[in-house]
Amino acid sequence: MPEEKNIKNKEIRKLPASTKYYEYFAIGLVQVITAFVFLILFLVLGKIFYEGAGIIDYQFLTEAPRNNMTEGGIGPAIFGTVSVMFLMIIFAVPIGVFSAVYINEYAEDNLAQRVIRASVNNLAGVPSIVFGLFGLGFFVLFIGKNFDEVMGTGLLLGQPAMLWASATLAVLVLPTIIISTIEALNAVPHSQRAAAYGLGATKWQTIKGVVLPQSRSGILTGIILAVSRGAGETAPVLFLGCAFFLPQLPVAYLDLGLFAVPFINPAEQFMYLSYHIFILATQSSNPTLTMPVQFGTAAVLITLTVLLNITAVIFRFKFRRTLQVVREN
Amino acid sequence: MKDVKIYTENLSVFFDYIQALNNVSIQIKANRVTSIIGPSGCGKTSFLRTLNRMNDLMHGFKMKGEVKIDGVDIYDDNIDVVNLRKLVGMVFQKSNLFPKSVYENLIFAPKLNNIKDKNKLDEIVERSCTQASIWDEIKDRLNDNALNLSAGQQQRLCIARALSVNPDVLLMDEPASALDPISTSRIEELIFELKKDYTILVVTHNMQQAARISDFTAFFYLGQLVEFEKTTKIFTNPSNKQTEDYITGRFG
Repeated sequence: MPEEKNIKNKEIRKLPASTKYYEYFAIGLVQVITAFVFLILFLVLGKIFYEGAGIIDYQFLTEAPRNNMTEGGIGPAIFGTVSVMFLMIIFAVPIGVFSAVYINEYAEDNLAQRVIRASVNNLAGVPSIVFGLFGLGFFVLFIGKNFDEVMGTGLLLGQPAMLWASATLAVLVLPTIIISTIEALNAVPHSQRAAAYGLGATKWQTIKGVVLPQSRSGILTGIILAVSRGAGETAPVLFLGCAFFLPQLPVAYLDLGLFAVPFINPAEQFMYLSYHIFILATQSSNPTLTMPVQFGTAAVLITLTVLLNITAVIFRFKFRRTLQVVREN
Repeated sequence: MKDVKIYTENLSVFFDYIQALNNVSIQIKANRVTSIIGPSGCGKTSFLRTLNRMNDLMHGFKMKGEVKIDGVDIYDDNIDVVNLRKLVGMVFQKSNLFPKSVYENLIFAPKLNNIKDKNKLDEIVERSCTQASIWDEIKDRLNDNALNLSAGQQQRLCIARALSVNPDVLLMDEPASALDPISTSRIEELIFELKKDYTILVVTHNMQQAARISDFTAFFYLGQLVEFEKTTKIFTNPSNKQTEDYITGRFG
């Protein structure tokens, strides 16, 4: 061991005490603040699942509310939510994906394109209640009323209905789908497009045969996140056909002579999970007695969205891995 | 003139205000391998991509002059770019197979031409793979993901894929630069085989490679065609001082 001649050699081995404590303090503060985030989440979820889990069984998930909403299940609300989400996807996915394809693949980088992009981003920032009012004004009172008048269908679509709730939610989630689709399309390496063009593919053939298939899981991620967002919204559906209680499911039958095929009737009113919580808490004759149902409904809604989000994470993981393989080769 | 496949006259290429090629006039002979050499940024790749109009996709691309393949002006308004690219195939520096099965990669282009008959597709797959001398290696792996093949196999599969549309001309942009020596020599042998049926242009940074595989060599420098000669001549007795300096490794 060489002798330590220079005093400075000893100094570099130890931090001054004050610096060290300051460091501990900073780390501790960051940890406490992070823990606080988890604590909030834990309290919310803990309370809801602690109070609500007990009530959830097969009957709760399938049956209609009974006895002034204090008993029975939330079957119609689950049915309504799933139906609305289904219709919403039908409206939002083609418009969202094709808009994204246009913005990312076709539009020139000019002022118009930047305005479109900015509009999409701003659409994402519009409060959801505004979408609800827009839906009522545009879809119900403008399109629906005029449709009824022109087609002579009486009062069929000129009133709040599942169709318009789905359409409004579709508008609400469009930015989510467009933005995530643009990201997914953008992530497909240029070399893949070059390969297709080099083989004599047209632009659309390249998009259809190479770009869209490779961004599929990325686009799916966006769709699932959109559904999870839409299922949780209450404000937009408030004016658009959400019902306090419906004795029957919004199902109609298409008579084919020998047998009748049931289908979701988009002109009907519907029950909705998030709205159900809202009315149980504020509109029912005895909110305290409906507490267990409220917690149960909340637990079901949260489970639904969490499951959707987990699926989205899995798809995103898959998407990243595919891209990584393509890039590495 | 009959054996001239590709002919350019005063070809200049611009990307926005940057000139990539300056008055290039060249006559490339059919069924021969032509190497294009030159330092990075000299316009080799731009030249190659002008021949199948891949540059059209680049931002701010403009060109002046004439490019003719088989006497047809390929920048004429009547020319369909998509059909041109079927006639002039391209192989890129890094293999860019689709993340699909080997078979699907090979039938991608034939399917664009509306060939749907399974037997016919099988036939195309076997023919193009045999031509690319990869058939024996992959005939039992047609359903494997193409990205699981070795790098050398992937590049030969890219060549097979380019051959699946029956092109006349094959453009290769540094096809072996990312490969090990053994894979490289297999690609070189393949290029030698393929010139019987195709007119081949190869961009390369490797002088020895250019000397080994090509009949003609074009030396580009700063967007200009400095010298275009038989490969034997250019590597033994170049008439231009710049060419000599580049080939002997004094710059570039």
